[in-house]
Amino acid sequence: MANYTISGSPHVHSTENTQKIMCRVFLALVPALLVAIYYFGWYALRLTIVTVAACMLTEWLIQKFILKGPLTINDGSAAVTGLLLAFNVPANLPIWMAIVGSIVAIGIGKMPYGGLGKNPFNPALVGRVFMLVSFPTAMTTWPKANPIFEKGFFADAVTGPTPLGILKEAGVGSLAQAGDMQFLDMVLGNRGGAFGEVCAIALVIGAIYLIIRKVIDWQTPLSILLTVFVFTGICYLIDPTHYIAPWYHLVYGGLLLGAFFMATDMVTTPMTVKGKILFGFGVGVITVVIRLWGAYPEGVSFAILIMNAFTPLINKAFKPQVFGVVKPSKK
Amino acid sequence: MNPIKTFHKGGVHPEENKFSADQPIQDFPMPKQIIVPLGQCLGAPAECIVNKGDRVLTGQLIGTAKGFISANVHSPATGTVAKVDVVMDHTGYYKPAVFIDREDQDEWIEGYIDTDELITDIKLDGKAIIDKVKECGIVGMGGATFPTHVKMMIPEGKKAEYVIINAAECEPYLTCDYRLLLEKTQEFLMGVKIVMKGVGSDKGIIGIETNKMPAIELLEKTIHEHPDLYKGIEVQPLKTKYPQGGEKQIIKAITGREVPSGKLPIETGCVVVNVASTYAIYEAVQKNKPLIERIVTVTGKSVKKPSNFRCRFGVPADLLIEAAGGLPEDITDVINGGPMMGKSVSVTSFPTMKGTSGILLMTLREAQDRRQTNCIRCGRCAKACPMGLQPFLLHKVAKQNDFDETEKNHIMDCIECGSCEFTCPANIPLLDYIRYGKAKTGAIIRARSQK
Amino acid sequence: MSNTLLISLIVLGVLGAVLSVILYFVAQKFKVEENPLIDEAEACLPGANCGGCGFAGCRALAEACVKQAAEKGNIDGLACPGTDMNKVAAVLGLTAAAFEPKIAVVRCNGSCKNSPAKVHYEGADICAFASTLYAGKGGCSKGCMGLGDCVKKCNFGALHIDKETGLPVVDPDKCVGCGVCARTCPRGIIEIRPRGKKDRRVYVCCSNTDKGALVVKNCSVGCIGCQKCLKECPFEAIEMRGNLAYIDPNKCKACGKCADVCPRGSIHTINFPPKKPKVEQPTEAPKVELEKPVTA
Repeated sequence: MANYTISGSPHVHSTENTQKIMCRVFLALVPALLVAIYYFGWYALRLTIVTVAACMLTEWLIQKFILKGPLTINDGSAAVTGLLLAFNVPANLPIWMAIVGSIVAIGIGKMPYGGLGKNPFNPALVGRVFMLVSFPTAMTTWPKANPIFEKGFFADAVTGPTPLGILKEAGVGSLAQAGDMQFLDMVLGNRGGAFGEVCAIALVIGAIYLIIRKVIDWQTPLSILLTVFVFTGICYLIDPTHYIAPWYHLVYGGLLLGAFFMATDMVTTPMTVKGKILFGFGVGVITVVIRLWGAYPEGVSFAILIMNAFTPLINKAFKPQVFGVVKPSKK
Repeated sequence: MNPIKTFHKGGVHPEENKFSADQPIQDFPMPKQIIVPLGQCLGAPAECIVNKGDRVLTGQLIGTAKGFISANVHSPATGTVAKVDVVMDHTGYYKPAVFIDREDQDEWIEGYIDTDELITDIKLDGKAIIDKVKECGIVGMGGATFPTHVKMMIPEGKKAEYVIINAAECEPYLTCDYRLLLEKTQEFLMGVKIVMKGVGSDKGIIGIETNKMPAIELLEKTIHEHPDLYKGIEVQPLKTKYPQGGEKQIIKAITGREVPSGKLPIETGCVVVNVASTYAIYEAVQKNKPLIERIVTVTGKSVKKPSNFRCRFGVPADLLIEAAGGLPEDITDVINGGPMMGKSVSVTSFPTMKGTSGILLMTLREAQDRRQTNCIRCGRCAKACPMGLQPFLLHKVAKQNDFDETEKNHIMDCIECGSCEFTCPANIPLLDYIRYGKAKTGAIIRARSQK
Repeated sequence: MSNTLLISLIVLGVLGAVLSVILYFVAQKFKVEENPLIDEAEACLPGANCGGCGFAGCRALAEACVKQAAEKGNIDGLACPGTDMNKVAAVLGLTAAAFEPKIAVVRCNGSCKNSPAKVHYEGADICAFASTLYAGKGGCSKGCMGLGDCVKKCNFGALHIDKETGLPVVDPDKCVGCGVCARTCPRGIIEIRPRGKKDRRVYVCCSNTDKGALVVKNCSVGCIGCQKCLKECPFEAIEMRGNLAYIDPNKCKACGKCADVCPRGSIHTINFPPKKPKVEQPTEAPKVELEKPVTA
């Protein structure tokens, strides 16, 4: 008698799997990585390799020797975390700091909760914020964009301010004087900053790919960007001498990277459309508040982490409408 | 053609793989012995009323319905009862069955009208039609095998506005309903008229997915040619999307009404009947022929001759597989029904029954990668759920045996269509856990209502 | 500097003092009077809240004991399956009825070897669900599914699935006989039986009530209902339930004669001294397997 398989229906499945989803996210980040290598040369490449390797190794070691459970390192989630972590730090960050950050991201941000799918906070951001508060100087010393065709692949990094940093310290007037802080440069990525966040175009290309492949939904990023735009727009209208125009806010700093790749992380963000919009709104508001009135020049990481904490609540509050169940009428 | 309609909440689109769509229906030759299970419908099995050694005629009643939700069973052949014993059904459980040693010639019961001509005159009135349907043991032949007469009995104070004929056939692979529509168009349409008369409705809507264009065109043409005969019948094309043929989904798609949670479709003024059942009703009412045969699709990716057989009940499934070119070497999975809602088969010798819409032979799992990972909370299951449930949550609470929580999250509304599990990238057997939770929760609710 | 220190110390100290006074009064107001005997009685119980006694948990049983002791002066009918109730009775100053220790026995021996797999299962690891899909790996519709619903439910960690046989194994040292596993098993394979004198017990290791011919198809050690044991038993302790022999533990004197005559080796004897090799007698029935699992 043949050895048939018994299983509950359905007997066919879509060909989607976790690994494929992670691969797509990785692929979507490649354009931004290439741009980063163009501007920051060897430093960017070196840092990426180190964080990706460190994240994967940490996860493997924890699964192998501490959890002693199944090894799921090839699902690609650790690699994505590593890549995102690298994108969020200055390219000239000392290697040992990057390794510490990776260990924290996986070892504290992810594995203690049970690994993939169970972490409440985005692991890459946990690593990033840990580094930010532990090594504030190294984490806020941004290298200047340094196209490899002009200076060579292994050129030393020259540090310089980021647009948001200038804004925080010297106010709106000084930004206009700093000649290289033009909008076009912002969009192309020819500026200082965490190396993954500099080029808006590359990030948007990746995001469009993810939206087309249905890995991420468009609601969350749109909600974040719209909130930031409207909020900063109101401030700009009230007092243009103190606040910069809202379109600068969209391309400055890590907003695009955060909105497209961090706030859309499936694990740590709400599941329903309404929940996603609310999540995006929260991220937008907190980001702007930190940017305009907080101590740090940039607030996207904090905003996303704070909203991550609200995700279970949002999930509970916004459930999909059940078929055939009429909403209790308001009396 | 009417504009295409669909339901809007959730749904998935599996590969259609309708290999046997162009294969005409073949009459399947009967073997020497047939085994007729007594439990062929949802609900209580029928009670055997024949004994060993009795001679039975084709169409003779051999099992009477026991209980409200139950259906009669008739002899599919002429012969002698060899024994009344148990037989393994597709699950491998032993179920009571009547073994009949067949004679070569069919000898029909009295009253059977043996003709291939279309009988257009409906002699019976509404009540008599339902009685006839009950007497002839007709059940929902889409797979759920719910007795049709129970569906057709309209409760006091309700009115059947629409008769909806479920011709969506949204299950991949299966083509039995489609072939029936093409080959028995007139009889089928008469069947619709009979159901309409039976439930007292003057509107019949046939819902068909647009991947069956020839059937839509043929039906429209036929209705157009005989406007008086088929008055009130309409063809409604539906978008090709699973589970378009779910009872609640097809009502929503066609009428825009939602069956309230925990209620029956009649609440929306609709009676939904399957294609094969409609045809069986025609034969029962006009030709006095009980339900003793159906169309079975035998198909699969590596099957040599995917076919549609007209097959009397009680024929062992392995004979059908043999006729479709034999069991291919690389088969790992045999399914009774379609790939989305069908049931795994333990033994291929199980007898065909009223609910056997297809025998599907699957080679490799169509999802090549079945490794399970942790839930990544992507929410695709919730997006795919046509009932607006949250399968990931139901899976979690059912696993924890928290049946208060399953009830609160509407587990009883699950139609078990499998869209969630189909779409899950982490390959979690979501529906297994949901079914388990649903069974347990249902038992708790029943126990509570009895108190 | 010292000023700041002082102020914070005073503020926090006063705050603490005030709050503790409030807490004291709240505790007084909402104090629940409870018989201290309940705590003592509860301490005698295992604390697993298994529900084997019929109450919601160990504390509920302790409360019931104290209540009944006060009203009727006895604790008859209240028993934790896993504890000698004499201990509880002693706390309450009473004597309890004789305590008969019990143990769970798995009445299926359809291991991978005895009932070879005909199909393979993929899906949720729940016996209750899997048994709605199919009869079982080996084809026996009354046998163990081997997915471990009982193991998951056991509060004492007394069960595990043996990897080799695919069947649950009861750890006699840990099992208290609470019966949660027996209630969980969707096929009712597990039975709670007295441990027996000297921990010796005899039982039919099969739950299949089908006709012999159907049992033989799927399993090499299933009970076929031949009734040899029934005729052999000197104490009339064996009865037929359908096509399955059942040994009444209250009548059984653990002589082990039934196990010797069983042609299928379905009757298991536990903790019996190893048999001396008998003189080979020409018998028609296949030789009885003497190697029995020591654990149930």
